[in-house]
Amino acid sequence: MNFDFFFSNLPELTITGLAFGAIYALIALGYTMVYGVLQLINFAHSEVFMYGTFATLWVVMALGAADADGVQLIAILIAALLAAMALSALIALALERVAYRPLIKRDAPRLIALISAIGASFVLAELMGLRDRIAGWLHLDDNLSEYVRKAKINNSMAGAIEKPRFEVAGVSISSIDVIVIVAAIGMMILLDQFVRRSRLGKGIRATAQDPETAALMGVNPTRTIQYTFLIGGLMAGVAAFLYMLKLDATNYQVGFLLGVKAFTAAVLGGIGNLRGALLGGLVLGVAENWGQALIGSQWRDVIAFVLLVLILLVRPTGLLGESLGKARA
Amino acid sequence: MNTGLKSKVTSLPKPVKILIWLLLALLAYALPLLEPPILSTPDSDFASVLFTVSIYCLVALGLNIVVGYAGLLDLGYVGFYAIGAYTVAILTSFHASWPLLLAIPVGVVAAMVSGIILGAPTLRVRGDYLAIVTLGFGEIIRLVVLNTEWLGASKGINNIGRPPNVGDAPDGLFELPHLFWGNGTVLLDTKDTTKFLIFGYSDAVPFYWVALTAVIVVLFADRLIKNSRVGRAWEATREDEDAAELMGVPTFKFKLLAFATGAFVGGLAGGLFATQQSFINPQSFLLLFSILYLAAVVVGGQGNRWGVLIGAFLVAYLPERFRGFEDFRVLAFGLALVLLATLRPQGLLPPRRTVRAKQLEQELDELEEGAGGEETARA
Repeated sequence: MNFDFFFSNLPELTITGLAFGAIYALIALGYTMVYGVLQLINFAHSEVFMYGTFATLWVVMALGAADADGVQLIAILIAALLAAMALSALIALALERVAYRPLIKRDAPRLIALISAIGASFVLAELMGLRDRIAGWLHLDDNLSEYVRKAKINNSMAGAIEKPRFEVAGVSISSIDVIVIVAAIGMMILLDQFVRRSRLGKGIRATAQDPETAALMGVNPTRTIQYTFLIGGLMAGVAAFLYMLKLDATNYQVGFLLGVKAFTAAVLGGIGNLRGALLGGLVLGVAENWGQALIGSQWRDVIAFVLLVLILLVRPTGLLGESLGKARA
Repeated sequence: MNTGLKSKVTSLPKPVKILIWLLLALLAYALPLLEPPILSTPDSDFASVLFTVSIYCLVALGLNIVVGYAGLLDLGYVGFYAIGAYTVAILTSFHASWPLLLAIPVGVVAAMVSGIILGAPTLRVRGDYLAIVTLGFGEIIRLVVLNTEWLGASKGINNIGRPPNVGDAPDGLFELPHLFWGNGTVLLDTKDTTKFLIFGYSDAVPFYWVALTAVIVVLFADRLIKNSRVGRAWEATREDEDAAELMGVPTFKFKLLAFATGAFVGGLAGGLFATQQSFINPQSFLLLFSILYLAAVVVGGQGNRWGVLIGAFLVAYLPERFRGFEDFRVLAFGLALVLLATLRPQGLLPPRRTVRAKQLEQELDELEEGAGGEETARA
């Protein structure tokens, strides 16, 4: 146990942990909302996130963020954010259409929906992994050679964006961490208010509570499910953008571990509960980062899972309890 | 299913049925020697592939008890498999040099005990949480192994013990030739023989025989358990836990029993895998495998042991058979999963009871609603 290092760096460790936790929380939203409405684990949600990271990468590389600064850089980043959100949302919608809707219509067993999602997850990941081959068949590699080469070599946009640090009361803070935390929490508050107040949000909550009664009251279940996936996809896009800001690199298998962590965060906070997802994500991120400082970074993932098991044993419904439908959502 | 054929088979006299089963079993044992042209794998050793297939069958049978019979979603089954494999590896090579025949039972018991330790606190939480807790368990096992020098860390463990040979070392009791399929001709390949019964590095056939025997034994045991009070208690628990509890079934105990039995079979499969490979490292126990096993069970038709075997065969065999398409295997596998799930949500071979229940439900719906019965299916 490395207590000296831990206590002397506690503020930095906490902030980095919060930044990771905020990203987990944004991905966890997708799991938690789909679970709230459909009671299904949307296993392929991690791939929705993965596509978002690539959209960010492509836009940043294609628009040449490395040579830009000031207003230009901000414009590029906003474009990248929008592209990530758009691609992730598109993938999420396609996922719902292809892998879920046929099963929901037939009222298939829940396990089979999980299998379908796992299959879809493989397909999405592999399509991205094989994108160069596919681009070759379509004779796209000549036209897009510049981008293909850049993105293929290292899947990384390291150095394209500067990451200034500043000091507050002797603690060195990365500006990126602050942006990530603030943006994620801002998005969460926005979504929370949206689900609570808007007409669509009420529809989503009603469907989560009792799909049949909601349908009788005039909520279109298919449309509601679609919107749920759409919102999850948009949030995953934001998460992907923030993730790329923080870590710079991605690959086609990046979604898997992050997806598992995000799902852990959702369960930790109480699945189906939006605020629970935020709390669970932040707790998980901080606990992981503290834990790895204490007992070594190779134990990072173990810490996450042990925490999950412990919390479920003590409080099986997660920290804040379940249900999107309850008034507190 | 083809009911005509089925009724014909079931109406055969018992001795004939037994004879047919024996012939099928013999065929299964002879498969790696026959190397039939379409079935056999051009790009990798056929006997090794068959060994992998039978290990998957074993794992799928074990997981079927947990998922299919008792209805508990287990996403960390590879953890038990790893515990079996590592116990055998440690006892026969890394920290001791026990004979394999002693190490495998210990590995199996270790897996079973870990199943009870994991199950006792977690089986009280609801289904989906159980899935994620078991998923966490599988990952914890792998990561602990990966980070512990005492367990070989990322380097893994090699020189794992082998089963004792029958007969004397180089040639065994006798040699069995393989068949060689040329252009339309079949030859006995006298150079490529399997020595009976030498467990060597180069020949996977004896290991396949051992694994196949294990599969057959587990199949019999599975049949006995399924038709016993225990099997009925599992099914009752799966269908409606509260009702089962009210009828006097101690559901928690039976769920724990299902978990332990599943872990038992998983540990056995892991032990056999370790001895055939003779080398294991944490890469063989990725979370992906838990998912593949679950896919085998669900694709085949959870709750039906033959369906599960078909599922295991498909999941293990197809990627090996089409190794030529290397890069596209996983893509094709994913597509197959989606298609299967959407086209045959009950699995390829659903259990008879499920089919009957579905039919009854439909009839009831029609009676209740008249012609509009279809509409009640949830929109």
